[in-house]
Amino acid sequence: MSDAATQPRSWRRPPLIGNAWLRWAIIAGALIYLVAALSTIEVNWERASQGLTQGWRFIEGFLAPDFTSRSRDIWRGMEESLTMTVTSTIVGCLISIPIGLGAARNIAPLPIYAVCRAIIAVSRSLQEIIIAILFVAMFGFGPFAGFLTLSLATIGFMAKLLAEDIEDIDETQAEAIRATGASWWQVVNYGIQPQVVPRLIGLSFYRLDINFRESAVIGIVGAGGIGATLNTAMQRYEYSTAGAILIMIIAIVLVAEYLSSLLRKWVQ
Amino acid sequence: MLRVESLTKTYATGDKALNGVSFDVPPGEVVGLIGPSGSGKSTLIRGINRLVEPSSGRVLLNDSDITRLGRSELRRARRRMGMIFQEYALVERLTVMENVLSGRLGYVSFWRSLFRRFPQRDVDKAFALLARVGLTEQIDKRASALSGGQRQRVGIARALEQDPELLLVDEPTASLDPKTARQIMRLICEVCREQALPAIISLHDVLLAKMFVDRIIGLRAGEIVFDGAPSKLDTSILTEIYGEEDWTEIHDDGHEEAHAPELSHEERMAGLT
Repeated sequence: MSDAATQPRSWRRPPLIGNAWLRWAIIAGALIYLVAALSTIEVNWERASQGLTQGWRFIEGFLAPDFTSRSRDIWRGMEESLTMTVTSTIVGCLISIPIGLGAARNIAPLPIYAVCRAIIAVSRSLQEIIIAILFVAMFGFGPFAGFLTLSLATIGFMAKLLAEDIEDIDETQAEAIRATGASWWQVVNYGIQPQVVPRLIGLSFYRLDINFRESAVIGIVGAGGIGATLNTAMQRYEYSTAGAILIMIIAIVLVAEYLSSLLRKWVQ
Repeated sequence: MLRVESLTKTYATGDKALNGVSFDVPPGEVVGLIGPSGSGKSTLIRGINRLVEPSSGRVLLNDSDITRLGRSELRRARRRMGMIFQEYALVERLTVMENVLSGRLGYVSFWRSLFRRFPQRDVDKAFALLARVGLTEQIDKRASALSGGQRQRVGIARALEQDPELLLVDEPTASLDPKTARQIMRLICEVCREQALPAIISLHDVLLAKMFVDRIIGLRAGEIVFDGAPSKLDTSILTEIYGEEDWTEIHDDGHEEAHAPELSHEERMAGLT
């Protein structure tokens, strides 16, 4: 046995930043910034204590939800929200397929890629509420503005994820299809689609559940649905009705979550 | 039959993968392509059906120059060249039958292929080929459910479904154990002899090449350094192709390591859940 093997030698994992001085300077700098940033947040404790009583009333309303006195408004809002959610998810997903194909660098030529990526970037950079305000101004209050908002948001979300999925496929499978003399559409249908469809189905159900939650938010700016009902209830200080609406939203999201996990298991 | 004339490929990075490669393949001849990693075997095979676009040179298949074809003509030329891949390159989520029928994609319209309505003749041929490679039982299984050897048999059936005039085979045995590797090589060579089908087979295993092929081409750094009968391949030529090494082991049989059986995804992640 050689000398080196018998003598105990210590070993330590090489650090991410080699220079010890620089490493500690970065850690200390980050801590100082965190403390400084926290100290600039002004808290008005008096206002917060007032808010606590109001918050308590809200929780009381939540604990004693009132489904009945505004049941007509609630049902109309729910119906609108669900309609908006389902139609916008279907329309958005369908439109996102060609855009997603065009935005995948490994199958699309550069000009088409640039256009499709631009569409995705625009759709993703605008938050739903901002688009909703715009569409409410253009098409008036109501679920149609909400439908357009959610469709646009769905296109950005789905097309981006689809494009990235296509860029990550096992290219040898697509190459083998190309080698048979298949056309571009045949390569997409045989070499790419089987690899991306299971995740695409899972994602579209995930998006359905996002769209439902978003429909509650964009209603507040006038785009119809359960959000409008919720907003009205809050403005009238009817916290028990608001509580009932929130409970229904939570229940529907849970059911959607459960169904989409079942479906994902089934397709994979 | 097939003539390759001073084929050269320079990649965008400036690497010269092929440098003036020329050879002829007469009908029915099985050619083995050997050489170290990075010697251009894979590029040469892909240069013939233009999965890799050659920089210069010509590829003549039955006197038509493949390097000059337009897009739709190239598709028509590709369907006459069956290709078999290293990692099988089956579409994992499609059934065995769909994988075999995908060999007809160059012949049928998009709509027929979309709805899987292939002409009866193509379906008959696919059944016959699956029987020939011994997979009659697995027709409706997904490709991902098969073992390595079975997958490569599907790969062979897919290539033959094209009614090819030439087989391009890229490292068909690289991911197989020694026994399956021999069975797969035997199957490919038998089929070629039955149909007088010429083939170019790249192999990393010199012994396997010597056992099965009619002629060996040795590549080194993108150039042909040997072209002749397998019996002429001796120690000095192997040294020229691969560099200095003790070549006595080439005459032994069992120098390949057996592969561990493949674990399924569930088994691999079993400890985590």
